[in-house]
Amino acid sequence: MTRKSRSNSARVSRRTFSAGIGAAGLAAGIAPFNVARAQSGPLKVGVLLPRSGFEAGIGQDCQRGVDIAAPILKSLGLPDLAIINGDTESSVETARSRAAQMISDGAQLLIGASDSGQTTAIAQVAEQNGVPLVINIAAAPEITDQGYKFVFRNFPTAKMILGDAFENQKQVFNIVGAAPKTVVFMHVNDTFGTAMSKGINFVMPKFNMPYTIADEIAYDPAARDLSVEVAKAKASNPDALLLVSRLNDAMLITRELVKQRWTPQAILSMGPGWYEDQYLKTLGKLSDGPLSFVPWYDPNKPLSKKLEDALAAAYPGINLNTNHVFTFEALLVAADAYKRAGSADPKALADAIRATNITDNVSIGPGIQFDATGQNAKVKNGAVQNRGGKIVVLSPPSASNAKPEWPLTSYQSRA
Amino acid sequence: MPFDVYLNVAVAGVLTGLVYGLMALGLSVIFGVVRVVNFAHGEMMSIAMYLAVVLFSAFHLDPLVMLVPIAAVMFVFGYVLQAGLINPFITRPEHSQFLLLVALAIIIVNALLIIFGPDARTVQTSYAYDSFQVGRLIVDASKLYAGAAAILFAALLFAFFRYSLVGKSVRACADNYTGALVVGLNVNRLYALTFGIGAACVGAAGVMMTLIVDVTPIIGPTYTLLAFVIVITGGLGSMPGALIGGVLIGLTEAFAGLLFTPSAKSMFAFGILVVVLLFRPQGILGKRTA
Repeated sequence: MTRKSRSNSARVSRRTFSAGIGAAGLAAGIAPFNVARAQSGPLKVGVLLPRSGFEAGIGQDCQRGVDIAAPILKSLGLPDLAIINGDTESSVETARSRAAQMISDGAQLLIGASDSGQTTAIAQVAEQNGVPLVINIAAAPEITDQGYKFVFRNFPTAKMILGDAFENQKQVFNIVGAAPKTVVFMHVNDTFGTAMSKGINFVMPKFNMPYTIADEIAYDPAARDLSVEVAKAKASNPDALLLVSRLNDAMLITRELVKQRWTPQAILSMGPGWYEDQYLKTLGKLSDGPLSFVPWYDPNKPLSKKLEDALAAAYPGINLNTNHVFTFEALLVAADAYKRAGSADPKALADAIRATNITDNVSIGPGIQFDATGQNAKVKNGAVQNRGGKIVVLSPPSASNAKPEWPLTSYQSRA
Repeated sequence: MPFDVYLNVAVAGVLTGLVYGLMALGLSVIFGVVRVVNFAHGEMMSIAMYLAVVLFSAFHLDPLVMLVPIAAVMFVFGYVLQAGLINPFITRPEHSQFLLLVALAIIIVNALLIIFGPDARTVQTSYAYDSFQVGRLIVDASKLYAGAAAILFAALLFAFFRYSLVGKSVRACADNYTGALVVGLNVNRLYALTFGIGAACVGAAGVMMTLIVDVTPIIGPTYTLLAFVIVITGGLGSMPGALIGGVLIGLTEAFAGLLFTPSAKSMFAFGILVVVLLFRPQGILGKRTA
C-alpha cells in the first residue's frame, strides 16, 4: 500500500504530463510577451499613409518625414523606432483593415494617416485594441472628441485651423494694407473639406472678416476636370478665392484659372495642395503667389534647421513642408514617450504620451503637449506664400521670414 | 448668371464629351462585333495615356503628333490580346469572359503602379494653358484640339466600316456570325481585327485625354465605368450612339456642376443612365432585341 501510494505520487501519468506541458506552454506564451514589452528594443511603429490612390502624393510626401527621422531622433538621445509601413490606398476601408493587420502583426504604436476619414477609421481600431495612435495629419474635430484613451493628435483641428487662418489672414491684410471684399469658397467634399466648411459658418463671424462669401462650391477630391467649378466661381466675380483643397485639385484649379483668363486678387488656401512640391514643380512660375494658412513649421526654431538639412540631404530640391514636419513630430512624440515609459506596454505608452512636454520641436507654437482629449491645443497655424519655387512664412510675426506679395500677379503676364 | 457662362460650360462639356464618346466607341465596336464586354477598357486607355506621357517626357513628342502611332501600337496590342488570350473564351460562358477581362484590368493597373508609381503625371505642351477667346466665349485650346481629333478619328472609323471591304466583312460578322462563316470569312481574324480597332479607338482617346487630365495608374477603372455608362446610354453596339452618349454625358456633367453642385456631377450622369434604362432600355440609338 505504502509502496503503491509512493509510486503513484512520484509517477507522472501521460495525462498529467500533457496537462503540465499545456500549462507550461500557456505560461511560456504569456511570460515572454510581458518580458518582450519591457525590453529595450526598438518600438514597433506602424506608419499608415495613403501611399497609393488619389492622395498618394501627400502620403508619399509624409513618408519623407519618416525617412529622415531616425538620425535626428538619435541626435536628440531618443530610442530607435522600428518602422512598419502600411498603405491605406486613400481608402477608409483599407485604412481600417490595414490598421487591424498591423496590430496583429505586432505594431506597438500607430501613426497616420494624413486624411481625416482614414484616420477616423484607424482611431477606432487603435482604441478597440488598446494600441496608441499618434495622428500626424487629420483635422476633423470628431476624432479627438470621442473620449478615446489611446488617440493623440499633434495637429490642429479644423476649428483651430480656421480660427488661426482668419487671424493670420487679418495679419497679412494689415501688412499689405488691402483686403478682398468678396470671396468664393471652393472646397473638396471629403471629411476634411466638409468639416472645414461647417467650421467656417461657425468660426468666421467671430473674426469680423473684411469679406463676405459670395458662393460656396463643393467638389469631388478625385475630380478629373474642374473647369465648370472655376467657371462657376468666376461668374460670381469675387475679389479672391478661399479654398480647402488637396494637391490634385489645386493644380487643376490653377490650370483652369490660366485657361479661363482669370486672376483673382488673392488665393487664400486653408488646406494642403497649394504649397506642396509637386504643385511648385509642375506649375513652375504659375505656382507663385497663393497664400496658404496652414499648420506649418517655424523656420526660426533650431530643430527646423536640422530637419531642413536632413531633407535637403535626402531629397535635394524638395522644400520642407507640413507633411514632413507633422509626420516627423508624430515620430518624435512616439520616441519621446517610449523613452519615458521605458516599456512598450500600450497603457504605459499612452500615459507617457499624455504627459508629453516637448518644447524643442519644429511646428509653430510653444511646443507639444496633449490635453485630456489627446489634442495638442497649443499648435499654431502660419501664413505662407509660394515665392520662386520656395515657401516663405509671413505670419505669425514670431515665425515670419518674409513680407507678403500682394495682389496676385496676373497669370497672363507670367511668360 | 451671365449667358456666356452657360455657353462656355456647354462648349467645354461638348468637347470633353466627344473624347468620352471616342473612348466609348471602342467599347461599342468590340461588343457590337465580338460580343465580349471589355472590362479592361479604361485600363487599356490608361496604357495609351502613359505611352503619351512617356514619349512626351523622353522625346518631347506632342501627344497630337503621336496620336496615330500610339493608336497603331494599341491596335497591335488589342489584336494580339484578342487572338492570343480572349479568342479561346469567345465560346465560353459570359462569366468566364468577365473574370478574364477583370483580371486583365487588375493586372494592368498594378503593372502601371509598379512601373510608374502612384503620382499623377501630366503632359505640359506648349499650348497646355492656351485658350481661344471669341467675344465672351473662351475655349480651352487643349479641349478644342482633343475634340476635333475625336471627330476626325470617329469619321475615319465610320468610313472604314461603311466603305472598306474589311469593314464590311466585320459588319457582316456582327450581323450574322453563321452567315459569315458560311461565306468563308475568317471570323477569328476579323474578331482580332475588331478588338484591335477598339483598342486603337480607346488608345486615341487616351492620347487626347492626356491633354485634358493628369494620368494615374488608378484612373482606368473610372473610365471603364464611364465608358459603360456612355455606351449603355447611347445604345450598346451602336457607333453613333456611343458618340452621342459621350456628348450627352459630357454636357450633363458640365451643367449639373454649374446649375446644381459640382459634387453631384456623377450622380446626374448615372441619373441619365437610369432614365434611359427605364424608358429606352436599348439606349438612345440602340436596336431593340427580342
